[in-house]
Amino acid sequence: MKEVVIQTEKLTKRFGDFIATNEITFDVTKGEIFGFLGANGAGKTTAMRMLCGLSLPSSGKATIAGFDIYKKTEEIKKNIGYMSQKFSLYEDLTVLENIRFFGGIYGLSNAQLKSKSEALVTELGLDKEAKKLVGSLPLGWKQKLSFSVAIIHEPKIVFLDEPTGGVDPLTRRQFWDLIYKASDKGITIFVTTHYMDEAEYCNRICIMVDGKIEALDSPTNLKKVFNTNSMDDVFYQLARGAKRKE
Amino acid sequence: MRILRFLLLKEFSQIFRNKSILALIMVMPVMQLIILPMAADYEVKNINLAIIDQDHSTYSQQLITKITSSGYFKLSGYDNSFHEAFQYIESDKADLILEIPQNFERNLIRENKQHVFIAVNAINGTKANLGGAYLAGILRNFNADLRLKLIGNTKLNPSPTIEITASNWFNAYMNYKVFMVPGILAILVTMIGGFLSALNIVKEKEVGTIEQINVTPIKKYHFVLGKLIPFWILGNVVFTIGLFISWLIYGIVPLGNLSVLYVFIWVYLFAILGFGLLISTYCETQQQAMFIMFFFMMLFILMGGLFTSIDAMPSWAQVIAKFNPATYFIEVMRMVILKGSRLRDILPHLIKVMLFALVLNTWAILNYKKTT
Repeated sequence: MKEVVIQTEKLTKRFGDFIATNEITFDVTKGEIFGFLGANGAGKTTAMRMLCGLSLPSSGKATIAGFDIYKKTEEIKKNIGYMSQKFSLYEDLTVLENIRFFGGIYGLSNAQLKSKSEALVTELGLDKEAKKLVGSLPLGWKQKLSFSVAIIHEPKIVFLDEPTGGVDPLTRRQFWDLIYKASDKGITIFVTTHYMDEAEYCNRICIMVDGKIEALDSPTNLKKVFNTNSMDDVFYQLARGAKRKE
Repeated sequence: MRILRFLLLKEFSQIFRNKSILALIMVMPVMQLIILPMAADYEVKNINLAIIDQDHSTYSQQLITKITSSGYFKLSGYDNSFHEAFQYIESDKADLILEIPQNFERNLIRENKQHVFIAVNAINGTKANLGGAYLAGILRNFNADLRLKLIGNTKLNPSPTIEITASNWFNAYMNYKVFMVPGILAILVTMIGGFLSALNIVKEKEVGTIEQINVTPIKKYHFVLGKLIPFWILGNVVFTIGLFISWLIYGIVPLGNLSVLYVFIWVYLFAILGFGLLISTYCETQQQAMFIMFFFMMLFILMGGLFTSIDAMPSWAQVIAKFNPATYFIEVMRMVILKGSRLRDILPHLIKVMLFALVLNTWAILNYKKTT
């Protein structure tokens, strides 16, 4: 039995009368690439924000890396990385400055910062851009940098909220290469996406409709259950039942 | 400590990279201190006066010369009838009308008595009041001269009069600028500190970078200190530039000890930055923060005793002024610079501002939520 790093039980978030996520229950094991799918407004981001400790759940239970989501938010934060929908590195800092800053506030030593930033810049092929402002980079590079910064402190889990939105197919492939590399190192990946080809890259996927989990299994099994050979079709069959409008 | 260092490094790189903010910080105090005190002057000059002289005598000529040579009045019209002169007031060309009636000189000499008539355009209250008062003063003076000339030495004709000798303390020449410049500098530091701190954090919210900070294990007080310290230093820089400008341009040298001023500004900046911070925790966009800050700045400026004396305000307004940190800063600036007050003298002010700093910052830290 593999180590469980994310465990939720009937996790719910209400905003007034609106139930954004409705009693979701699932486990994610160490090193897994866990895909979170759903139409816009299905409750993916809300769920992820709760798991990251950015938003307090209304009810239900969850532990992240063994820490309780209500009581140990600060402990959780030491063990996770997060990349939001919105690009959120500092555009008015250079590539190196961003790496050093985020590495620094995660408590990396000077030696670690030095070796990490060198390795990272080389890995991303940003040698020439290292001293340029992040704001001047193309979106695809920004997203790759953002991901690398999110895992700079080698967290147990990294949460990616639509990391490849608006990125070209080639860069998306490169991005997934980075994800696989991180996964090989034992980092658990929790990723939301709208791209069905990306869903195929995940070990397991969870499809949310109207705040509830409607399906959770490996892509192969899901296709079998829904009697189709494309993830697109699985998604359409489920999402068609959605009552919520965007 | 190490985390704080990274935060400060980041903050300063951003500030020094933002040329417009930097220029604003350097240019704003210089421009405001040069322009505002020159313009914001209570002394009323250039009062437009229309004169109706229906006498055309030596005495009426003497009176007119006396008025125009005072330097406060500009002769904008010289007419024969009130009706004509009143058109000057209607078209806003004259603030005052002085009517010298027919037989002015004759009545003065024969009957020892004569009336003149002053009409005041009271739309601009200050100008009208002061203009009327100046003119009345000049007339009184003219009157005294006349008595001397017509009646002769008062020793022979004793009529008791009280002569007033006044001496002005702390601002001997009643130089308005000496009074205004320290106050304006106080407001300037308040504005720069308040706006910078409020807008900076809200900007991080708007851009979304604060999310990335909130998922890190960084402590709230680290983040807040990381924001306060850079602006605290900038505030000190602006204040020092301001003091330098007021010495260079207005020759104002604080009578009191500079270190007293600095001790006060150190505490005061924490109060005002804490206020900016507090506003930023309640706002989601820079626009909101800007408007709220602007609202408070208006209160700070108009109810802090910069232009109008707090003692002259109605009692409810005095209560508001007591809850305005800028009130204490403006007062301390004037006390130390004009009067040479020492630390002991400003201690009550210092303690109040410390309370402001404590309350506002605690409130801000409590209200800044990493988790919503």
